[in-house]
Amino acid sequence: MQEISDQIFVLLRHWLVGFLPASWQPAAGVVLSVLVIVCLFPALFAFAVWMERKGLGRIQNRLGPNRVGPFGLLQPIADGIKSLTKEDIVPLSADAAVHFLAPVVQVVAVFLGFAVLPMGRNMVLADMDAGLLFYFAVGASTELSVFMAGWSSRNKYSLLGAMRAVAQMISYEVVLLMSSVAVVMITGSLSLSKIVEAQNHYTWGLPHWYIFTPWGLAGFVMFAIAATAETNRSPFDLPEGESELVAGYHTEYSGFKFALFFLAEYLAMFSISGLGATLFLGGWSAPFSFLGWVPSWIWFFSKLMLSIVVFIWMRGTLPRLRQDQLMNFAWKFVLPMCLLNLMVAALWRFLGDGWERWVFCSAILLAAYVGMGWKGMHRKHLGARSYRYAE
Amino acid sequence: MLGEGILKGMAETAKNFAGSFFSAERLTTVEYPEQRIAPYEAARVFPFLVYDGGDWEAGLRCVACQICEKECPPKCIYIEKSKDKKPDALGKPQFYPARFDIDISVCMSCQICVEVCPFEAIKMDTEFELSTDDRFGGLLLDRKQLAKSNQYYHQIHSTEAARVDAHLAAEKAKSDAKARAATEAAAAKAATASSAKPEGAGD
Repeated sequence: MQEISDQIFVLLRHWLVGFLPASWQPAAGVVLSVLVIVCLFPALFAFAVWMERKGLGRIQNRLGPNRVGPFGLLQPIADGIKSLTKEDIVPLSADAAVHFLAPVVQVVAVFLGFAVLPMGRNMVLADMDAGLLFYFAVGASTELSVFMAGWSSRNKYSLLGAMRAVAQMISYEVVLLMSSVAVVMITGSLSLSKIVEAQNHYTWGLPHWYIFTPWGLAGFVMFAIAATAETNRSPFDLPEGESELVAGYHTEYSGFKFALFFLAEYLAMFSISGLGATLFLGGWSAPFSFLGWVPSWIWFFSKLMLSIVVFIWMRGTLPRLRQDQLMNFAWKFVLPMCLLNLMVAALWRFLGDGWERWVFCSAILLAAYVGMGWKGMHRKHLGARSYRYAE
Repeated sequence: MLGEGILKGMAETAKNFAGSFFSAERLTTVEYPEQRIAPYEAARVFPFLVYDGGDWEAGLRCVACQICEKECPPKCIYIEKSKDKKPDALGKPQFYPARFDIDISVCMSCQICVEVCPFEAIKMDTEFELSTDDRFGGLLLDRKQLAKSNQYYHQIHSTEAARVDAHLAAEKAKSDAKARAATEAAAAKAATASSAKPEGAGD
């Protein structure tokens, strides 16, 4: 029973594919999985948008959407109909072909990332040996689509937004990679299912997730920061800073093309949350050994939704950074910490199984964090701002 | 320490999030079409025409003097003066508006028409649910749509309406006294004339 509930989707696919001739079965199985991913995540997107609007509303002591359906649950459907029926405007001087391709490329690139994520035991579309590498390779191509959108629109705000986006995404791409490299060093594999397997064993009922090690915790925090910046979410949403750039690189998009950008943003959030969960939070493994009977895919999706909640919570809390703060933070703080974390991970690997590695590794990371934090903040005169002229 | 402020902020928003479910004074939203706040007495939206008595056409206070039409900054009032006269509230024969239109898509709710009206005939309404699917005809109100009774005026702006009524009553009393004085004077004149006449005849 437990086995069936855990493998229900795998068995279902096997049963469905069984109706076809044997030579078609592998291809049909892949198409079926792709279809499920392509339907499931947009549905999750609709739910996440509702959650975000409700959550932000409550954070600001408002009700949020409450008109369409019970608790406003059908609001995403209304929004979808609206964006489908809206006029699709292409600026006269825009490069029409590239302008059309940009949202398509972005959505496709984001969807490709889901191919290598293990969403449950045996539930991975393409179990590549270099899954992580594949993920980062397709993830990097979203930068291309952002720049396509910004440049083809022939609008200075679009272009400025795209420039910012590319600068930001390239800077944080480095951090994202560096923080994941520590995981690869410890696991010794680029395969995401092997990374999950490596974390899926328990001592005293507690899991061996990488977040519960000093280097893993530091890596996870930096991964989360870089993931927020990669997906252009607040407080790193400079590429679409409304107050400065109208809407950033998708200023000149309307109707369904705009909806595609919106979809891609949320899909990127899902996929990067899934990757973070896989790398540091044990993927589809249960948080306690006695909860092992719960199907693995439930754990994967609850971890994913939990990180979405944190994304929303951060968006409701933090103001937008300035461009120079953003760059300084990436290159002067997070990247050095990442490099240090790599060394700490190596130290962890070679210090044996005793208590020493816990003490040494924690001490190094903590000292670096406090020291660099102090260095970065000192002479910054943080506090209430004093005005000389305006008051 | 670095990151302390972020944690503080996150705690604050979490408190807001949870608090909005439990404390009513945090969640101040009024869900409008179902729940409503009683409008403030000084609220004003667009002008309307006051009439006395039961018949809107006969009771209109407006005498088509067209001061409001001339003063209106966005020029949203259009008045056609009548050819004939009919008695007003004081019984004096007056012109009346044969046409009185206000284009509320143009009106900016400045209340200048109310300030300049010497007859207390135009006042500000509090009705705000005026949306219509006809943006030209539906937003051009004629005198029938604009005419509202004095009772309605009392309902929406009770203090102001009481003051206006007192003012109008004083005006009426003054004009009555003047009329009475005039009739008395005329009567006295007539009396002196009639008593003087025999003397003059004797001459």
